[in-house]
Amino acid sequence: MAKATERSAGPRYTLDRITAVPALVGNADDFLVIAGLAGTAKDMAAMTKDGANYYGLAGAMGAAVSMGLGLALARPDKTVLVATGDGELLMNVGALATVGVLNPPNLRILCVDNGHYGETGYQKSHTCLGVDLEQMAIGAGIKSTCSVESEGDLAKGAKMLRESNGTCFVLLRVKPTDGPKFKRSLDPAAGRVKFRLGTLGEV
Amino acid sequence: MSAAMTEDEHAREISAGWQNQLYEALRRNGVSQFSYVPDAGHRICIDRSIEDKDVHSVALTTEEEGVALACGAHLGGARSVLLMQSSGLGNCVNFMSMVQGGRFPFMTILSMRGDFGEGNPWQISMGQATIPILKAMGFIVLEITKPEDVVPTIDAASNMVWKSGQAVAVLLTQKLIGAKAF
Repeated sequence: MAKATERSAGPRYTLDRITAVPALVGNADDFLVIAGLAGTAKDMAAMTKDGANYYGLAGAMGAAVSMGLGLALARPDKTVLVATGDGELLMNVGALATVGVLNPPNLRILCVDNGHYGETGYQKSHTCLGVDLEQMAIGAGIKSTCSVESEGDLAKGAKMLRESNGTCFVLLRVKPTDGPKFKRSLDPAAGRVKFRLGTLGEV
Repeated sequence: MSAAMTEDEHAREISAGWQNQLYEALRRNGVSQFSYVPDAGHRICIDRSIEDKDVHSVALTTEEEGVALACGAHLGGARSVLLMQSSGLGNCVNFMSMVQGGRFPFMTILSMRGDFGEGNPWQISMGQATIPILKAMGFIVLEITKPEDVVPTIDAASNMVWKSGQAVAVLLTQKLIGAKAF
């Protein structure tokens, strides 16, 4: 098991994802949620109780932002939240450029950055070695961005996720510790059927 | 030089005909999201999606984004098609595991390089590997070699994807698009 005392991503990574993610997102059922694999999939599965508005990945690393974009374009009547980690986002960071060009008003991207690849044994990721994903989002043309790294930043981030007029990107820096314990379904087909039945009323 | 130009122009004229028909067939089958990395073989389809105010035209940085985009679109009840060159297929393979494992209906249209008369050696490997890779990932492959088969094949693929829930790759072969056209 991960021991927080042995590991750090640096002085800016002090928040605990178990409390910070819910503080930022609020009621997750206000969103259609796409979650990247591993940590954020568990964060969001716990918050939605693996509900009909949640589709979480357990593979296809790098797919979360693009999947959220397709969903946001298909459902302009809903707000789509992509929650993903630093490692997952880094694997297909060009997707931010695709999003930046289109700027769908109903898309929110929350990157929970712990500076590590938690699922494979907490190896360091590029972000704790100096790469700033908020700056990459800005460079990709996403106009509403912020970084959250203290209790005092949470309200600003939460407000952006709720009220942004265009696509927004919120980088949440957290310490490299495990998220909530939650047993979620890993069946990608069952997840698809659950999501469509629950949000569209059809398979 | 001038003879070669004329040949190219003739090929472009034929190509423009079926490429326009292809776009219209996709629209008639309810496609509202077109994703692509710029490609000469899909030029007209891409340009028409940009001009069409009733669809989302999504320029990708890499082809696999389009696989995930289509899966997200399906979760939202929309139909999304990925237009790519065969060389782009290699970028998509891991994301295709979501299509297969999730049994997402999925359509991609590939303009082939490296399959018939290719003159660029860099294109041969992916061109020759295209069908084995698609089959390995559980995709149905429909190949088009003649302009008159474009529309019926798109209609057939649409039924297989959005009525039968399959993953289908439509190959625009070099017998159709010509090895010299681009």
